[in-house]
Amino acid sequence: MFQRKSPGTWQTANRPVLATTEPTLIRYLLAGVAMLFVTLFLLAPLAAVFAQAFSEGIAVYWAALRDADTLASLHLTLMTAAIAVPLNLVFGVAASWSIAKFEFLGKSLLTTLIDLPFAVSPVISGIIYVLFFGLHGYLGPWLAAHNIEIIFAVPGIVLATVFVTFPFIARELIPLMQAQGTEEEEAALSLGAGGWQTFLRVTLPNIKWGLLYGVILCNARAMGEFGAVSVISGHIRGLTNTVPLHVEILYNEYNFVGAFAVASLLTILALITLVVKSFAEWKFKQELHAIRM
Amino acid sequence: MSIEARHITKHFGAFAVLKDVSLHVATGELIALLGPSGSGKTTLLRIISGLEVPDQGSGQILLHDEDVTNRHVSMRRVGFVFQHYALFRHMTVFKNVAFGLQVRPRKLRPTKRQIREKVHELLKLVQLEWLAERYPAQLSGGQRQRIALARALAIEPKVLLLDEPFGALDAKTRQELRRWLRRLHSELNVTSVLVTHDQEEALEVADRVVITNAGRIEQVGTPEEVFHHPANEFVMNFVGHVNVFHGRVEGDRAFLGPLEVEYSGQPQTIAQPARGLVRPYDLDIDRQANGKSGFSATVQHVNAAGPHVKIDLLADSGEPVHVELTQERFRTLRLTLGESVFVCPREINVFLGGQR
Amino acid sequence: MNIVLKQRSILPGFGLTLGFTLAYLSVIALIPLFGLFLRTAELTWGQFWATVTDARVLAAYRLSFGASLIAATVNVLFGAIVAWVLVRYRFPGRRVVDALIDLPFALPTAVAGISLTAVYAHTGWIGQYLQPLNIKVAFAPLGVVVALTFIGLPFVVRTLQPVLEDVDPEVEEAAANLGASRPQAIWRVILPELWPVLLTGFALAFARALGEYGSIVFISGNMPMRTEIVPLLMVMKLEQFDYAGATAIAVVMLLASFTLLLAINLLQWWSGQRHSGLGS
Repeated sequence: MFQRKSPGTWQTANRPVLATTEPTLIRYLLAGVAMLFVTLFLLAPLAAVFAQAFSEGIAVYWAALRDADTLASLHLTLMTAAIAVPLNLVFGVAASWSIAKFEFLGKSLLTTLIDLPFAVSPVISGIIYVLFFGLHGYLGPWLAAHNIEIIFAVPGIVLATVFVTFPFIARELIPLMQAQGTEEEEAALSLGAGGWQTFLRVTLPNIKWGLLYGVILCNARAMGEFGAVSVISGHIRGLTNTVPLHVEILYNEYNFVGAFAVASLLTILALITLVVKSFAEWKFKQELHAIRM
Repeated sequence: MSIEARHITKHFGAFAVLKDVSLHVATGELIALLGPSGSGKTTLLRIISGLEVPDQGSGQILLHDEDVTNRHVSMRRVGFVFQHYALFRHMTVFKNVAFGLQVRPRKLRPTKRQIREKVHELLKLVQLEWLAERYPAQLSGGQRQRIALARALAIEPKVLLLDEPFGALDAKTRQELRRWLRRLHSELNVTSVLVTHDQEEALEVADRVVITNAGRIEQVGTPEEVFHHPANEFVMNFVGHVNVFHGRVEGDRAFLGPLEVEYSGQPQTIAQPARGLVRPYDLDIDRQANGKSGFSATVQHVNAAGPHVKIDLLADSGEPVHVELTQERFRTLRLTLGESVFVCPREINVFLGGQR
Repeated sequence: MNIVLKQRSILPGFGLTLGFTLAYLSVIALIPLFGLFLRTAELTWGQFWATVTDARVLAAYRLSFGASLIAATVNVLFGAIVAWVLVRYRFPGRRVVDALIDLPFALPTAVAGISLTAVYAHTGWIGQYLQPLNIKVAFAPLGVVVALTFIGLPFVVRTLQPVLEDVDPEVEEAAANLGASRPQAIWRVILPELWPVLLTGFALAFARALGEYGSIVFISGNMPMRTEIVPLLMVMKLEQFDYAGATAIAVVMLLASFTLLLAINLLQWWSGQRHSGLGS
């Protein structure tokens, strides 16, 4: 009835093309477009950081890094991350335990609420604390009377960082723990293990790579957060400047080499994050894969 | 429409899946490719369809004497039914079946009305007309596979290839679909190749069975031929149940475990390792030897449910032995558990050489 | 319907972990956010409206929403190609490129801002070739688009990748076997599977772009009425101690974000629903 008249062939040389791929020319074209896009938007800015940082030689680079204000900002950033990441680690584990291992009313609402910081502009994350703790805020007068500084001080910076980064670990753990189900924990309990023992010996080993993955992401964001911290810090040199804020100050003072030198530190941190993340992700996929077997 | 595969070789990496395989399927035939997994049967089917290509420079595929080796799968007009159905899940049943007609170049595309009629005709053929507006996720496995078949038939294929089509279904549905496929084939008479690892399915459905093993074809024949006249030890072992007795052939005698029988082949002056294969129903049980060659054994387990009675015994020399008796014979014998009896073969196939 | 607050389980720790989660969430996020909404109540409706519809604010909305929309669209188009190439093709360096996709997640936005500015300024590596074509990127609205594209890329690629990996090759084979050409197979069989995730990726990239601040302040030049984004206006109002003004704009942006969050959740629910046996 509907005969196809001239059976054409698409073939390269004398081999037909497989059903699940495109002709070679199209493949090269698509790969070329993808690589060009990645180069223009990812590779170029990445390379530019180091090119600019070393544009006046290594001596100037070193000098910029060893500046007292730079070291102070580095200290503050490390301290902030050292507080925010463990706090969010505890939160992430607790939240994912309750959400992944139990069925209760309002669970999906809770899951959505945990994603909140992803939807909120970092600037707004800063503003909400200024409104609360600032001089004109709800608690401002009381705090001032008791000589407690939060806004334009370290506690504010930590708070803003915690807010911006709290979903990261929970977000990685919830789907992983949901996929793993509760059978292994139930088995452990039936064998006489206590709650803590069950968590430490059964649950934790199963989620360790997902956990690391979340911690890495959380840490990268904690050290690199700009918007929220910028609103809340007051930009006091040597006191409330984190590394990203210090980059801004140097840049606005037209000290470009200095700015890029400090920025290169954050870039190296980002690259390390990517490497560890790729590794953790690979292990994490095995964790997930192990469940699907 | 005939199918011919000539000298097909295919490697995946260093592993040879097909080693110089040739096969001819006559017009209107239904052939089953039967073999253990990894024997290359699915790969051969995919090469015929064009989903896979043979190794460079090896072999040819001919459909109705026309060389299609270098023709893209979409130009071969070969119906292919996938093991996991491969239905398009975002399309209704109707759209799935209509797909092959709708993707034709505009000049060859039938009108909307023609397509609708054709699809309903096919859905009627597979007896699922009432499901036209459902989505695949709403169907049962058996229904999905029938829709997949209707979809493959929509392009009016010259040949129909089925890759373990009932492999993912439960035993009862398999049975039903098997019979149904047989009827459908005699109705449509389209040349078909069915891949399966289920010997029962192959023997029941196919006109001819092709036994594959380790990238080669071991035997091609009617179900009766491969079952009753296996070309070699592999075929006998793979098709149907057997008891295997290990031993040797010396001169014109075969010493196989507890058995000693006459060797009908070329007498061996030097002792050769050998195995004797006996179907369970080719073993008889008796209380005395009565001059027949055989061995004594103990009854260990009896399963009388079914048309035959299955009896597990342990030979005095230590080998487990399985025997199938008719209900009648079993009733005459009145066997009891633990009883010592005499087992003698009616027919034994002796194969020489090293273990395969 | 029988409402069950919590299904029985023998696992311990539910009260403790849920209690901690809710307390933490409330202290860190919910109470402060509630405070923000409370603040706007101090404004009359007229004041509120005047603040959020001020000409300068309107211009900022236009830029923020417009640039985010363009950037998210660019990301969907090119992100889809990047994801396709990464999932389907094997080439040297694929793993490196794959890891690099997350750079915008890992790189602090301030660093992204200054380096994108350096690259796309009229003397920069790429900017110097655009200058003769009269295309100005840095210190122009286009710069905002470029920065937002950088920020949003991983959202699209990472949403798409797992779904692309899950597309059953048998389905493509079936399409080809039924006579579909490769473009037909992609358009009629693969793309329909991807629409929900493409939309989700778009919405995620768009939501992220709307709130972005760090990278934009460097590349945009921050010229009133031309290259000012909404988050920048909030910061400026805050620095002038115009808390009410900053709050009013923040509320408008929050409502936009929540709407997007809702849309994303619906999209994910939809794409999950489509393949799980409707009604059966």
